[in-house]
Amino acid sequence: MSLRIVVTVKYVPDATGDRHFADDLTVDRDDVDGLLSELDEYAVEQALQISENSDDDVEITVLTVGPEDAKDALRKALSMGADKAIHVEDDDLHGTDAIGTSLVLAKAIEKAGYDLVISGMASTDGTMGVVPALLAERLGVPQVTLLSEVSVEDGTVKGRRDGDAASEQLEASLPAVVSVTDQSGEARYPSFKGIMAAKKKPVQAWDLSDLDIEAEEVGLEGAWTKVEDASARPARTAGTIVKDEGEGGKQLAEYLASQKFI
Amino acid sequence: MAEVLVYVDHVDGAVRKPTLELLTLARRVGEPVAVALGAGAENTAAALAEHGAVKVLTHDASEYADYLVVPKVDALEAAVAAVSPAAVLVPSSAEGKEIAARLALRIGSGIITDAVDLEAGDEGPVATQSVFAASFTTKSRIAKGTPVITVKPNSAAVEAAPAAGSVEALAVTFSAAATGTKVTGRTARESTGRPELTEAAIVVSGGRGVNGAENFAVIEALADSLGAAVGASRAAVDAGWYPHTNQVGQTGKSVSPQLYIANGISGAIQHRAGMQTSKTIVAVNKDAEAPIFDLVDYGIVGDLFDVVPQLTEEIKARKG
Ligand SMILES: Cc1cc2nc3c(=O)[nH]c(=O)nc-3n(C[C@H](O)[C@H](O)[C@H](O)COP(=O)(O)OP(=O)(O)OC[C@H]3O[C@@H](n4cnc5c(N)ncnc54)[C@H](O)[C@@H]3O)c2cc1C
Ligand SMILES: Nc1ncnc2c1ncn2[C@@H]1O[C@H](COP(=O)(O)O)[C@@H](O)[C@H]1O
Repeated sequence: MSLRIVVTVKYVPDATGDRHFADDLTVDRDDVDGLLSELDEYAVEQALQISENSDDDVEITVLTVGPEDAKDALRKALSMGADKAIHVEDDDLHGTDAIGTSLVLAKAIEKAGYDLVISGMASTDGTMGVVPALLAERLGVPQVTLLSEVSVEDGTVKGRRDGDAASEQLEASLPAVVSVTDQSGEARYPSFKGIMAAKKKPVQAWDLSDLDIEAEEVGLEGAWTKVEDASARPARTAGTIVKDEGEGGKQLAEYLASQKFI
Repeated sequence: MAEVLVYVDHVDGAVRKPTLELLTLARRVGEPVAVALGAGAENTAAALAEHGAVKVLTHDASEYADYLVVPKVDALEAAVAAVSPAAVLVPSSAEGKEIAARLALRIGSGIITDAVDLEAGDEGPVATQSVFAASFTTKSRIAKGTPVITVKPNSAAVEAAPAAGSVEALAVTFSAAATGTKVTGRTARESTGRPELTEAAIVVSGGRGVNGAENFAVIEALADSLGAAVGASRAAVDAGWYPHTNQVGQTGKSVSPQLYIANGISGAIQHRAGMQTSKTIVAVNKDAEAPIFDLVDYGIVGDLFDVVPQLTEEIKARKG
């Protein structure tokens, strides 16, 4: 048996950088270094573990939709141990929203062929956490999302979803879309061997025409959501900072009382 | 006036506070029609009517508890077809966002998640969002279809606004996809008796500086003296000192209380993402250079094991 896993990975601006908006109110990608979204490393990790725990012949493809530099994200995932990569890149994709991104990803996943899709819980820039559910809807397969534990056996995916009110055990048959949280287990660092091997692994490039998607369906113009205004949050006014000389707790209580919290 | 669908988050008929906040926002855009699903759905009607729901559409079936997400999407889609609303509002929980996204795709509409405010606009509702770890505020609207918007807890005040709240049965036909993902087991979370983290007016958090699970008693004691919820940084959660459900930040809960007290937390960007919109921020940290002090209204540079117990005692004394 073989198991084809597609891991969706996003190339995002570094959260510790000075992220901001470009003039057209899309995320500025020029001034801040990009990287493989940390939350997607967990998805790659779980794909690798499923592969390591499986008797099947597992093939892991990492897929990204993003600009030229997004190749860096693919390289990182390949150096962690994925087998091959697909990069969907097209000038018309600039400004695509989550609905549009899910269209492109779904078409690419179908074209690649899959038994299991693994996504991160959310992208670290958009933080919507909706693409995996949208992929399941588009692909017409079960969604088994936000898992802190996942396993695949005999064509069935099982996992644990820790929700607000309860922890749930979930089960679905393949093909399916899974997303994993940052509770699913630390992602491995690429080894030197892995980094060297990644250089020889195939990266396929597709554009919109390869996926039979019209330019109007995606991009800023095609977006079903419009950002009309973005403004930097005013800096918080400098607060009072007091060194504890033995009375810090009492001083703090005094402050809280003055603000009517006590 | 146009109707606005509000998806009801409830536990066996007890409506959770974020839904009541949604009703406040919904009234700015139209007449709220609530959709309550699952066990106890009909029992939500009184609370919803009290807060402005003109109608409450209800439906119960075992599918809602036995299968993940999709049955609820089917029901909400049926409600949209029945009402033709001007907008659909859903509480921004992890599940709420997934339901909203699938619904939006099905009805050919754009989606906005994690709104922190909502107002009527010439071209439909305008949603305010707080992005890039709350360093930017954006205003967005939906350009296509019926706006589907998820709203974060604590985004509006709960206001009484009595309305009819007449209960009507919603007719739902489940799709083939509804039974795709089976819930084979469920362990309910034990209640701590403390307020819900995302709904609390005051949150007291502990980080790596708390230095051990047993030491969280110090944080809990302060929280209890204030009637607050307890939060934790990811470092404290990863160390196994406090449950993940209490994590504040990008991959935990995002909170926006009246008062946030950070103890032994450095203030990394991913933590700030989940608490930066709190009204008043207080920190106790022994490192005067910790970035959390850039955010605070009041900060104490000192050892939390000296400061926090003294604070707790003082609060108890003042409250008598
Ligand atoms: C993708 C991603 C997602 C993340 N999501 C989250 C998230 O949701 N939430 C989150 O919190 N983090 C998150 N993080 C982790 C984040 O980057 C930080 O590592 C984390 O917030 C640090 O926690 P901390 O402040 O408790 O620990 P530290 O950064 O180690 O800070 C501990 C602080 O305690 C102080 N201290 C120590 N002892 C005492 C004492 N006795 N009294 C007073 N002060 C003391 C120290 O001076 C220090 O400032 C995420 C990271 C990534 C990459
Ligand atoms: N442009 C993209 N390319 C590849 N995967 C993506 C992209 N955008 C989102 N994803 C996947 O969807 C998950 C959730 O993203 P989001 O819904 O944007 O928060 C991410 O963790 C990725 O696995």
